[in-house]
Amino acid sequence: MSYNSIVLVKQVPDTANISGEVMKPDGTVNRAILPAIFNPEDKVALELALQVRDQYGGTVKVITMGPPKASDILRECLYMGADEAYLISDRKFAGADTLATSYVLAETIQTIGNFDLIFGGRQAIDGDTAQVGPQTAEKLGIPQVTYAEEIKKINKNAITIKRKTDGGSELVEAKIPVLITVIKEAATPRPFKAKRVMAYKNARTLMELEKMAEGNSLLYIDQLKDEYITKNLFIKTITTDDLDVELERCGIAGSPTKVHKVESVVLGASAHETIEPSKEALGKLVEKLMEDHIFG
Amino acid sequence: MPNFFTDNKDIVFQFENLDLKEIAAIMEDDYKQAEIYNYAPVDYQDAIDNYRKVLEIVGDLAGNIIAPNAPSVDEEGAVFRDGKVTYAKGTREALEKLGQAELMGFTLPRRYDGLNCPTTIYVMAIEIVSRADASLMNIFGLQDIAETINKFGDADQKAEFLPKFSSGKYTGAMALTEPDAGSDLQAVKLHAYQDEKGQWRLRGMKRFITNGCGDIHLVLARSEAGTKDGRGLSMFASYHDDTVQVRRIENKLGIHGSPTCELQFKDTPAQLIGKRKFGLIKYVMDLMNGARIGVSAQALGIAQAAYEEAVKYAREREQFGKAIYTIPVVTNMLIDMRVRLESNRSLMYATSQWVDLRDKLEEKVNHIKEEGKDPGDLPNRQKEAAKISALLTPMTKYILAEDANKITYDSLQIHGGVGYMKEFNVERLVRDARITNIYEGTSQLQIVAAIGGVLNDILANHFEAKEKKKYKGTLERLADQLKQIRQIFLDSLKYVVDKNDKYFQDVAAKELVELYSYIFTGYLLLDEAEKESRKVFIANRYIITAMANARRNAEAIKNEQFSDLLHADEILI
Repeated sequence: MSYNSIVLVKQVPDTANISGEVMKPDGTVNRAILPAIFNPEDKVALELALQVRDQYGGTVKVITMGPPKASDILRECLYMGADEAYLISDRKFAGADTLATSYVLAETIQTIGNFDLIFGGRQAIDGDTAQVGPQTAEKLGIPQVTYAEEIKKINKNAITIKRKTDGGSELVEAKIPVLITVIKEAATPRPFKAKRVMAYKNARTLMELEKMAEGNSLLYIDQLKDEYITKNLFIKTITTDDLDVELERCGIAGSPTKVHKVESVVLGASAHETIEPSKEALGKLVEKLMEDHIFG
Repeated sequence: MPNFFTDNKDIVFQFENLDLKEIAAIMEDDYKQAEIYNYAPVDYQDAIDNYRKVLEIVGDLAGNIIAPNAPSVDEEGAVFRDGKVTYAKGTREALEKLGQAELMGFTLPRRYDGLNCPTTIYVMAIEIVSRADASLMNIFGLQDIAETINKFGDADQKAEFLPKFSSGKYTGAMALTEPDAGSDLQAVKLHAYQDEKGQWRLRGMKRFITNGCGDIHLVLARSEAGTKDGRGLSMFASYHDDTVQVRRIENKLGIHGSPTCELQFKDTPAQLIGKRKFGLIKYVMDLMNGARIGVSAQALGIAQAAYEEAVKYAREREQFGKAIYTIPVVTNMLIDMRVRLESNRSLMYATSQWVDLRDKLEEKVNHIKEEGKDPGDLPNRQKEAAKISALLTPMTKYILAEDANKITYDSLQIHGGVGYMKEFNVERLVRDARITNIYEGTSQLQIVAAIGGVLNDILANHFEAKEKKKYKGTLERLADQLKQIRQIFLDSLKYVVDKNDKYFQDVAAKELVELYSYIFTGYLLLDEAEKESRKVFIANRYIITAMANARRNAEAIKNEQFSDLLHADEILI
């Protein structure tokens, strides 16, 4: 039995190596000044999908939604072994929050079709919301398993996954198709394969080909596209034209999230309080936490 | 996310100044391979871009997986238990990743699943890997075994063995040395015989076999019963099956990740590689020369690592109220290390390009001859490249392995007392470097291998052309000094030749080979200084130092420093 996987990946600013003023006054990240990298947990998700394919057969397709430059990580996916890559890119998709993003992703996944497993990282290191995976599953009407640590077993209709919880882990079984978000510990991403790097370094998206054609009056975009398709170097590119979507649910128009304020919270309490291990004392603690809006 | 290729400005400089046009064109069948393989380049630019990308993968693995594991690999080492050898955990992880990244068939043709990269690019990869963990090179760098089968094996043997190496699932070992046959391989005894069915079988012992636990052995064995010299030896390939037993592994000073095995072959089935009786005189010589290039690159990688440790420590360590980096004596040591390192690297990649040219021209000549066409001037050029490679290969190994020892030694010295402690990387580097001037032929044997070319002054035309070249400014002054060094060399050479004394020549050989290396390397650095102004500093320090050393070399010869050899028994009480 083979399984077809779709992996959701994202290009993110490298927040682990921050320098300078990266927060814009409106509370969003100034991506322009940070190097763009493959979101680490998404890479782990791809590795897990590739492992499933190595073991059981099937295909691995990757999808990213982002600016044209996000094609960089799609090429990296091809270098690692993905069978096909899709770039969803359109100005009308720009500025999407998790709601609008998951809407477009779900629509795209339905258009591609023929999937058993959808993988994604637990969260992206820029927004840290961990919402896109779950929301996508919800829109597709399929089960979701988050914080996946290990795939224990797959058989025809169900998958057994060990998922991380606060104090340990639990085993859950889900019906296939299922969406799985994975944590860093789930796998170590494989290195780029030398031959695939040589083969796919020239893979291009529609936008990249358009740019090539723009700079050269002798090149016609359709011809160029056909040539790249023939050479198996075309990265499928999805715009609003390719999807049957409601535009008001896409991009900024479809994004109710507004960042009110960004604060740097430093937990710097100097004093500490000892709580007796009694029901009464714990009750008081909970009350206090609720007063401080830490609970509830 | 350190990348040991892209973060090393000097190796990138060397890479960007490589001239592999002719070599790549031959390897790519004038880029016709691109019609068959989607990962073959369409032109030279594309080929260079591919090489760069491959080295970036190597650099990524070296910086992020291999180097962080090196201390634990050194501590854990390869372990021998119940007849089985187990690599250190870090070694296993590195080999798995290198295999996944498709880097274990680096130079093999694409039809055997290889990357079809030039030797020069492979040598760069070896340097990068060795900088991260010298002991891993002993496995990664064994790809010459596959290369030997590719060169001398028949079509069936290539089809059988080579894809196994490329897959990364099989590693190899070259089983040459025996308890009584080290430097003198003519004394090899391991017996090869044909059983009643005509099947070759191997019987006997091998010792000091790097990665002797590997899956495929290339074995030098005595196939001609009753013979005693090198002409009775042939080359065989065998699998590491139940008839091959690892008896023990050595407990070594350094390169702990690399298991050095004692092997017993008990009627092991084997395949003859190439022609009978050519084992030592042709195939092992070829194999050994490849291995010498590999060890040179290993030494260079260790030296790079040691230099980095020294600079880093010197900048961080404060004494007398300032970083020791600013203390002139320390600064001077660091510059000396850096100049050695960069000049060694220039020599390394000049040599490997000659080796590449030798091999690829040979392939091309053979190909043209097979087609019944006239190869024109190519055979002469091939012979020239072979002659120059035969000189440069041992010369490079001699210089680079000795300098790796000097650089690691100085790096430890800069660390002071803490450098002597296990907590710092440098003590490992000192230990790892120490083998490079011993194995694959000691430094003393490299001199023996190089001296022929030096006595015949085979680079005379090359040097004369350089002497006619116009250099500008500081470089002109340095070029004049190189001319003087060449004169010192020619005078010393004449002295040795005129003396016509074999004993004297043997001991003077070291001085002559060193002199020759100054001139060759000096011109490499001058040419580099024309391309990048910073390199003027390197050329300047190198050539001034070379001048002083050249005078010392010449004095040793002319003052007959070695005349007391005749009185050895009186001196060595």
